[in-house]
Amino acid sequence: MSLVFDLLLAAALLWSGGRCLSVDRLDRAIVLFIAFGLLMALAWARLAAPDIGLAEAAIGAGLTGALLLDAYGVVKRRKA
Amino acid sequence: MKRFVVGLGALAFAALLIGALLEPLMANTPGGVDLRVAVAAHMTASGVDHPVTAVLLNFRGYDTLLEIAVLLLALIVILAIGIDPECDRPRAANPVLQAMARLAAPLMVVVAVYLLWAGAFRPGGAFQAGAVLAAAAVLLHLTGLLPSWQLPGLKLRWGLTAGFLIFLAVAAALIPQGALLQYPPAQAGKLILLIEAGLTVSLGLILAGLFLFLSRDPGDDA
Repeated sequence: MSLVFDLLLAAALLWSGGRCLSVDRLDRAIVLFIAFGLLMALAWARLAAPDIGLAEAAIGAGLTGALLLDAYGVVKRRKA
Repeated sequence: MKRFVVGLGALAFAALLIGALLEPLMANTPGGVDLRVAVAAHMTASGVDHPVTAVLLNFRGYDTLLEIAVLLLALIVILAIGIDPECDRPRAANPVLQAMARLAAPLMVVVAVYLLWAGAFRPGGAFQAGAVLAAAAVLLHLTGLLPSWQLPGLKLRWGLTAGFLIFLAVAAALIPQGALLQYPPAQAGKLILLIEAGLTVSLGLILAGLFLFLSRDPGDDA
């Protein structure tokens, strides 16, 4: 059961990472990046490193995601 | 064809990197090290019960000292680039959202203090606690309850630098011991908690500052 979960997690990580780089719309890329960060936090927890998982979820997905969304808003307003 | 070659090259490089990462972990290969044994052997002298905290704040305290210095430097550079002095109006947000944020923010402060305290014996610590504090500030800002920050006043400046200064002061006070950041085992736990408390406040403010100083948008007239 846990092997299935791990394989799914690894596949989701690779997929979201690849989509994040290849998707053509900036807002979707940012959302995919946040999703990637949360999946990464799960992966760290599965690897028995909850410390890194906590930091990844809070800084990698949370703060960086918020900063990226903020920057996206500015870029969009400048263009308009 | 070109894509295939590039993909193959990337795959080979990734495999090489993974191999390089795994190589020092093999304790039986020549040049391999297993640091877990060394950490476990010195846990009693570290002053805390959680190996990650022991490594971050005691055995490799120098790295953490430089880490907070780098973050502080990043914020100073943002301030040095210059932020627009004109004040921006708080954004109008949904009242339901504001009520939620008002409820969540105090809880997040409690979680941050818990994470700081728990760092001594289980996963947690100053970095995570600081990140939760910063997230609370960002949440309040996004719901329009906290305006973005102006040029930092004296109090904010002290808050931003407190973690680094406390860490530096402890390091300076311990220099007569003979080595940088070598805590006496009897006081190690208290010193680590003191440093971590300072780090939590400063990291929270610095990470929040990265967002709140930057998020002012002079073009926000519409």
